Amino acid sequence: MDTDQLIRTLAADNAYRARPIGLALMLALLAAAPVSLLIFFAELGVRPDVMSAMHNPFFDLKFAVTLALAASAIAVSLHLSRPEASLRGFGWWLLIPAGILVAAISGEMMMPQRTPMMTRLIGKNSMACMTAIPAMSLPLLVGALYGLRQGAPARPAVAGAIAGLLSAGLAATVYASHCTDDSPLFVATWYTLATAIVASVGALMGNRALRY
Amino acid sequence: MREREDEWTGLMRSAISGDDAAYHRLLKAITPVLRAAARRGLARAGQPVDQSEDIVQDILLAVHLKRQTWDTSAAFAPWLFAIARNKLIDALRRRGKRIFVNIDDFAETLPGETPEPTASPSEVSAQLQALPARQREVLQSIAVDSASIKDTAAKFSMTEGAVRVALHRGLASLTAKLRDR
Repeated sequence: MDTDQLIRTLAADNAYRARPIGLALMLALLAAAPVSLLIFFAELGVRPDVMSAMHNPFFDLKFAVTLALAASAIAVSLHLSRPEASLRGFGWWLLIPAGILVAAISGEMMMPQRTPMMTRLIGKNSMACMTAIPAMSLPLLVGALYGLRQGAPARPAVAGAIAGLLSAGLAATVYASHCTDDSPLFVATWYTLATAIVASVGALMGNRALRY
Repeated sequence: MREREDEWTGLMRSAISGDDAAYHRLLKAITPVLRAAARRGLARAGQPVDQSEDIVQDILLAVHLKRQTWDTSAAFAPWLFAIARNKLIDALRRRGKRIFVNIDDFAETLPGETPEPTASPSEVSAQLQALPARQREVLQSIAVDSASIKDTAAKFSMTEGAVRVALHRGLASLTAKLRDR
C-alpha cells in the first residue's frame, strides 16, 4: 500500500470518533472498581468503630490525602495523554496530597500525645496496609491503563507511573476506612510505601501498554 | 511557515467537524513535510533514506488514531510534530540506533520529493496480509481500488456501517501489528 492509498483510506475513516480520554478512563475505572471493592469486603471490611472514628480529624484527614492523590493523579494522567505534553508545569499537582500530609503531621506534632512517635508511626496495620493497597490497586491500575490507551503519551513509563498513583489513591481511600491507624505519621510511611510500589508497577506496565 | 501551520489547524478543525475532503487535503499537505523530516532523521542516523516511507506511514496512522488527543483550540503543528518525533525515534530505536531527534527537523522543512517506487513492499502492506480476511478486503477495496464506502458495501454485500467498522478495526489492528512487530 503506498502512502497515497493509505491517505485515501484514512480519509475514508474520518467519520470514526474515538471516546474522549476522560470518558474512557472513567468507564474503565468504573468497570474495575467492583473487583477492588470485592477484595476489600471479602478480606478487610470497614472498621467496626467507624461512626466514632469519623469524629477524629486525623481519621478524616486520611481521606483528604488519598482523595487529593487520586484527583491530582487523574488530572495529570489526562494531561499526559497528549503527545506534546510533559510533566513540566503540571507535576506540582502531585504535591497537593504531600502538602496536606505535611500539614497533618505538623498538626499532630502540636497536640499532646499519649503514645510515643515511633509507636504511632509503626502502628498495628503496616503489613495489611502494604498488601491491601497494592492488591486493591491492581484491578484499578489495569482499568486505568486500558482507558488511557486512547491517549498518546510521550513517555509511556511516566504516564504509567501516574496511573499507578491514581489507582493507589483510589484504593487507599477505601482501605483507609478499614485501617485503625490514623496517625499522619503512619500514613506518610506505609501508605507512601504502598503507593510507591503501585507506581513502580504502573511504570513497568505503562511502558508497554501505553506505547502508541 | 506560520501560514502553512494555520492552514493545517483550520483543515484539522474542519476534518473533526466531519469534512472528509478537508481531512484528505490535510494528510496530503503534511506528508511531504513528514517525509523530508524522516529522511533527514534517517540520514543523520546513518540509515538508508529509502525506509522513510515506512516511517511516514507510521506517523500518518498514529495521527489518524490519536486525533482525539488534539485539543481543537490549540495549534495543530506542535501536536503533529510531537507524534512525528516520537514515531521517528521509535523507528530509529528499532533499527538499533539511539539518537536525538531535533524538533527543528520538522519545523523548518522543505517538502521532500516523492519517493521512488521501491521493489520491497512497505511494512504496512506486509502487515496487511496478516489481517482477518474481511478487514483486509475492505481496506484493499478502499485503498487500492479507490472504492467508496458505499461501493465497498455493495461489492461485499455488507451494510455501510459494517464496512466502516471493518475499516476502522483494520486500521487499528494494522497499527497494533506495526507497533508490536
